[in-house]
Amino acid sequence: MIRIANGQGFWGDWLEAPVRLIEQGPLDYLTLDYLAEVTMSILQKQKQENPEFGYARDFPPLIGRIAKQLPARGVKVVANAGGVNPMACARAVKRAAPGLKVAVVLGDDVFPRIRELCEAPPDNVLAANAYLGAFPLAEALATGADVVIGGRYADPVLAMAPMIYRYGWTETDWDKLAGGAVAGHLIECGTQATGGNCQAGWQAIPGLAEIGYPIVEAEPDGSFTLTKHPASGGVVNLATVKEQLVYEIGDPKRFITPDCTADFTTIALRQDGPDRVRVTGVCGGPRPEKLKLSVAYAAGWKAVGTMVYTWPDALAKARAADAIVRQRLAQLGLTFDAIHTEYFGVNACLGPAAPPNPDPPEVQLRIGVRGPKRADIERFTREMIPLVLSGPPGATGYGEGRPKVREVVGYWSALVPREAIQTRIEVLE
Amino acid sequence: MTVPLARIAHCRSGDKGDTANIGVVVYDERHYPALVRELTAERVKEFLGPLVQGMVERYELPNLGALNFVLEQALDGGGTVSLRTDAQGKTYGAALLAMEIEVDG
Repeated sequence: MIRIANGQGFWGDWLEAPVRLIEQGPLDYLTLDYLAEVTMSILQKQKQENPEFGYARDFPPLIGRIAKQLPARGVKVVANAGGVNPMACARAVKRAAPGLKVAVVLGDDVFPRIRELCEAPPDNVLAANAYLGAFPLAEALATGADVVIGGRYADPVLAMAPMIYRYGWTETDWDKLAGGAVAGHLIECGTQATGGNCQAGWQAIPGLAEIGYPIVEAEPDGSFTLTKHPASGGVVNLATVKEQLVYEIGDPKRFITPDCTADFTTIALRQDGPDRVRVTGVCGGPRPEKLKLSVAYAAGWKAVGTMVYTWPDALAKARAADAIVRQRLAQLGLTFDAIHTEYFGVNACLGPAAPPNPDPPEVQLRIGVRGPKRADIERFTREMIPLVLSGPPGATGYGEGRPKVREVVGYWSALVPREAIQTRIEVLE
Repeated sequence: MTVPLARIAHCRSGDKGDTANIGVVVYDERHYPALVRELTAERVKEFLGPLVQGMVERYELPNLGALNFVLEQALDGGGTVSLRTDAQGKTYGAALLAMEIEVDG
């Protein structure tokens, strides 16, 4: 059995989590998932401004902090922290932890080749990456590296790599790979498997301030037990596991990873002691013929402005203010693809499903605009503050000043032949 | 007997581009047949109204006592494009919990 934990569910997750995972109990592999679609375009911009940037900059200082414990406790790290500049990331890790051996998997970044690989990609491409499978990462682990860094990896793959490396699974071991994919899916979002963001009995989940990040005890046959360190908070039970299994999936019979498909309708769960859920029976199928590219492109501009109105007639005031702003925007002849109004405190998130709230004590008017011309979005940002003196009474909450104009990043995906993506491994001793 | 969905099930929702999904899981397996009978794709689409512009597809996971709903064109263009507060559909699952469901006894 090998123990694989995930200590970051996204870039911005709890900084203490990886350290606690190492200190609170036994572990063989620590995975860290830093990348979301939007992250790649941000990193690509940072790299254009400074050729030594473009990776998750939280990562090297973290490795520096745990550099002594990793070899002492026999823990290896697998992370997609490399972003669009894995070599720069590796160099920064070596500066932070000179004694560790670092392996880098390269080849996912196809930004310079996008027009050669795809017919009719969007204009203004910001980043283009292939979602790689687990086998190159497993190869990198075989170099004996303490830290394996990759760029764009499909999220479940980080956890699959140690299983492939340690158990010698091959590309046709579909059921085993599918078990690994389910394990990876369960831990990729960190504490969403251990009681975080959990609807089922959330009030009774103990110790969220000290919550334990998920650990997979993986067996050679593809089955595994999901657990957490006993000293940590949170809970692992059938409800927390089921909620994470159904998170961000499509057709459950065909959960697609670069290395296999997994049939979620074959998963068998059993509570196996406190904070332990046993997962068996996962059936898999062959890997997809092509690899998926994720392409980020610049898609115009947007801004969101807000204003708070209070009782009496809070909602009526906010509605009147919305009408004023819209009339002024129309008179200016600005071009928007969308103008979107929400009444925060009444219907912003739940729409028609929101419980009725006919006389709220306060309402935040929230108007968003989106369009192709930056100047028009800029002009909108001047149209909220005047409401303070020239709209309905009692406007407040504008201390942040004018709204900020932000670039809109669109996403486009394509499938490319596997042969078009060649990976290679660099080792920094 | 009619109860809010929250009485028999819990949910989690999220995003992939402009598509949202809602996973609905019963607390007690004896309520799964009622969930399958009552919580149709049509009812989910109707309940969420203009939040969801596209189709709603339903998948069954009887081994987990769960249904998965895939909601197309449900996020005003998707996480980075959307002007909504909940640009990733994180609260859609909670929204569904208010739906009245007919259960057996």
